[in-house]
Amino acid sequence: MSTASSRAGGTPQDSTTEEGLTPVIETSKEPAADRHGGVPPLLEVSDLHVSFPSEAGPVKAVRGVSYSVRPGEVLGIVGESGSGKSVSSMAVLGLLPDSADVRGSIRMDGRELLGLNDAKMSKIRGKDIAMVFQDPLSALTPVYSIGTQIIEAIQVHQDLDKVKARTRAIELLDLVGIPDPHQRVDAFPHEFSGGMRQRAMIAMAIANDPKIIIADEPTTALDVTIQAQVLEVLKKAQDVTGAAIVMITHDLGVIAGFADRVMVMYAGRPVENGPVDEVYYRPRMPYTIGLLGSIPRVDADERRALTPIDGTPPSMVALPKGCPFEARCPIAIDVCREREPELLTAPGANHPSACHRSRELAEGGGEGLLDPATIYPIPPLPEAHEIERLPREERTAVLEVDNLVKHFPLLKGAVFKRKIGTVKAVDGITLEIKEGETLGLVGESGCGKTTTLLEIMDLTGGQAGSVTVFGKDVREVKGAKARKALRRDMQIVFQDPMASLDARMPIGDILAEPLKTHGWDRARTDARIPELLELVGLNPDHSDRFPQEFSGGQRQRISIARALALEPKLVVLDEPVSALDVSIQAGVLNLLDELKSRMGLSYLFVAHDLSVVRHIADRIAVMYLGRIVELGETRSVFHEPSHPYTQALLSAVPLPDPQKERARERILLTGDLPSPANVPSGCRFRNRCPKYLQLNPGEQQRCESEDPQLHTLAPDHTAACHFAEALAVV
Amino acid sequence: MGRYMLRRLANYLILVIVATSLAYFLAALSLNPRANFEAQKPRPTTAQIDATLKTYNLDPETPVVVRYARWVDGIAHGNLGLDIKGGSVADDFGRKVGVSIRLLVIATIIGSIGGVLVGAYGAIKQYRFFDRWTTLASFFLLAMPVFVVAIALQMFAVNINDAAGSTVIQYIGEYNPTLSGFWPVLISRLQHLILPTITLTLFQIAQYSRYQRNTMLDVLGSDFLRTARAKGLRRRTALMKHGLRTAILPIVPLLVYNIVLLFTGATFTETIFGWHGMGEWLVLSITTNDVNSVAAVSLFTAAVVLVAGLLSDLIYSALDPRVRFS
Repeated sequence: MSTASSRAGGTPQDSTTEEGLTPVIETSKEPAADRHGGVPPLLEVSDLHVSFPSEAGPVKAVRGVSYSVRPGEVLGIVGESGSGKSVSSMAVLGLLPDSADVRGSIRMDGRELLGLNDAKMSKIRGKDIAMVFQDPLSALTPVYSIGTQIIEAIQVHQDLDKVKARTRAIELLDLVGIPDPHQRVDAFPHEFSGGMRQRAMIAMAIANDPKIIIADEPTTALDVTIQAQVLEVLKKAQDVTGAAIVMITHDLGVIAGFADRVMVMYAGRPVENGPVDEVYYRPRMPYTIGLLGSIPRVDADERRALTPIDGTPPSMVALPKGCPFEARCPIAIDVCREREPELLTAPGANHPSACHRSRELAEGGGEGLLDPATIYPIPPLPEAHEIERLPREERTAVLEVDNLVKHFPLLKGAVFKRKIGTVKAVDGITLEIKEGETLGLVGESGCGKTTTLLEIMDLTGGQAGSVTVFGKDVREVKGAKARKALRRDMQIVFQDPMASLDARMPIGDILAEPLKTHGWDRARTDARIPELLELVGLNPDHSDRFPQEFSGGQRQRISIARALALEPKLVVLDEPVSALDVSIQAGVLNLLDELKSRMGLSYLFVAHDLSVVRHIADRIAVMYLGRIVELGETRSVFHEPSHPYTQALLSAVPLPDPQKERARERILLTGDLPSPANVPSGCRFRNRCPKYLQLNPGEQQRCESEDPQLHTLAPDHTAACHFAEALAVV
Repeated sequence: MGRYMLRRLANYLILVIVATSLAYFLAALSLNPRANFEAQKPRPTTAQIDATLKTYNLDPETPVVVRYARWVDGIAHGNLGLDIKGGSVADDFGRKVGVSIRLLVIATIIGSIGGVLVGAYGAIKQYRFFDRWTTLASFFLLAMPVFVVAIALQMFAVNINDAAGSTVIQYIGEYNPTLSGFWPVLISRLQHLILPTITLTLFQIAQYSRYQRNTMLDVLGSDFLRTARAKGLRRRTALMKHGLRTAILPIVPLLVYNIVLLFTGATFTETIFGWHGMGEWLVLSITTNDVNSVAAVSLFTAAVVLVAGLLSDLIYSALDPRVRFS
């Protein structure tokens, strides 16, 4: 930090723009410090630099990170992929590869950790600093039982015999909420669900009462309901151990309710740092402002376009001279191109931010000031297509699915297969999409969303029930030719833009393929490709480039262009933005919105992220174990969710709003999604249902014996619950 | 678990029967034992040859199915038939298997442990000195015929013997039959073992280390290794206990099959160093039209594959909990 301050005041031109700015050195000036009195920091990272050698030159992954964590405090580190947030925490643990060049200082309780050898660091890792990693499947060794791995963690640091360590391991598993820990302690990682594995990881992390727990994206791979459970466990773990937590995530919602302070990282540096309320409500750095504006919110009142941050983060090999955010910044001025801003507290601000213009950024704007709410031009909502202006009843249906069923037999035996059960992946689904309409299909992983999509796209009509596309029952459509004609009007966009584009084909050829298949001639095809690229906001001259030359967001745009090449009427989108960073995601969502209005498209939008669906869908269908449990107009489903599952799902979504988030009461679901091979009798949700527990025995009897059907609550709002009752949860 | 293994055993037994039967038919139909007797000096009479062929169960006039039935009947009574010189195949068999075991045990133990260690260490030191040189040496060896290496080693041994002034390293045979007493025989056996063992070990290390290096590289970047170190395990402990333990899984079947199949696959090494083991016997019995011996070796090879399959299943399921209950 001291170097930062001397540099800030060192050169003459500093004084011109940063006059009156207070260098941030004394962390005690920050409000968070006041709360903890004069307690010295537990962990102090100062001016940390990490670079990796690469063929193109050193990759400067972390470029001057400083932060401190006090006992019991929760620090959130937010940033998009490649911002250096994980690398900097790996450096704290000393777990970076040998090739990494790490400089700066990392002190714990005043002791310098950087430069300690493996033997000395091993005594600190797992004891003073524990870690919870992102993907709990790959983070546990597959060949050892959960118990063995926890016992190992205990015995590395404590002198306990096997029996005592095992008892302790069972206690820990019980603490993190693993049911039946005496049995489960001998289970192997593959026998645990994702949520349970993450609980086991947390048990391992708190085994030695650490002073600090570093959680690197601890809930990213999990469903929202499981995420809520795991966050609860993490909070409990903190209560029990009194540890400080460094929570690394890309999800601003998770941090809002969980952290005391937050540090926003961009291009390897912190760009804003302060108490959560300060940073969320009074951001002073355009990147933070953009990030907050680009997240779709479940608690949104009215429909508005998102404010995407244009462009992509810079390459960490050849960083521009000035501010690394300059190219994407809506308020960049000359000095931004010249010099990188320091992390300083502007007058009138309560927390430091790295922006040359942070002084001018004040809430509400005013004379000579910039209002953070308006620095990003809010794209206008696209003008509604003529179809969209018609009332819903007057539009024709493009897709009608009636009681669709897809069961998979569960087989056993090597040569002679015998059926030992049925996986009810899709178990009677009815939905309808009208022209110019977006239907959002949401649910946890394993609930049958993708199977539903594939059954619809298959055009065979399923095992039972019917699928009607553009008024034609697909069972009636005979012959390859007729089917191909139908396919032209319905296209699909997949989740992973890296995997769904052939890496060996230039994007021009990728876009030409559907056209060629449907018999377009050369000249028409050639004319269509630049048109398509322009349509999705890409440079039409880039048609001879290969997919790997594009970023994730751009590739997803290519996928969309491919789907739109034949001017379909219905586009099926399978988690189209879940692989993208939030700032990129906003741009793709806006594009989808705009294309829909411009071309009069209908979307079937499958997602697990409720806020994304809230933003884009006109109507929404909530799926649970192969059934739709609630279906209706988006606004009404979000404001008056009536099925207990929808309520739990909505209440589990973290809001990027610290005060709201702290005040919220979560409806926590117990356990995991049951296997679709073993569907409970009566209402399939009852064994996890919070409402069921409040019912009297007679009513419970009804849930156990009678399978609830969708019944109407309001015009265009149905729910499949015997005791449906609206409950506002966001 | 028990049922699973029993089912596998039944599968393998069927395979052994099919493979051995096919081998018998092939040998009985394509080899011409009569030629052996016709080449004898003095040439026996045709009647004599016919009679001998009949007693040896090699008579081409008897339908092959009948010969096969007799052969199977013999096996059921522990009798592998007579070899082309009229000796008992079963006796040959016992002797040759003994020779092969004595030749291979030490070489395979050193070869597999060495291969695993060299490969794993090479992966840990990827692109460093050790890795580069072991990679180069491995491919150099793998590209070279066995006999070149064997003969080079023999020449090397000659130099050492010359330098030592006495025959420290023996290059032919299994032991010196003129010696007697426990220690002199043992020392003689060891002296004879050195060169073939080095030959076999080198090739095994070269081969196994390539596979082990690859699987270890996959594991090195894994999240669970990072978790192990984040728990507080030292780098070396984490690498051995979590890394190598997991990285060895994919090569277990390869190791087991290779080792067991060496019993009939070390033909060149046996021939060059004058060890009369199974590999040499296989080639010899084919060239001498010795149908019953060929069939016996085939039976042995098939049985050995069965053992390899069962062993690798057993070891694998002992090492990897994920396959235990499937």
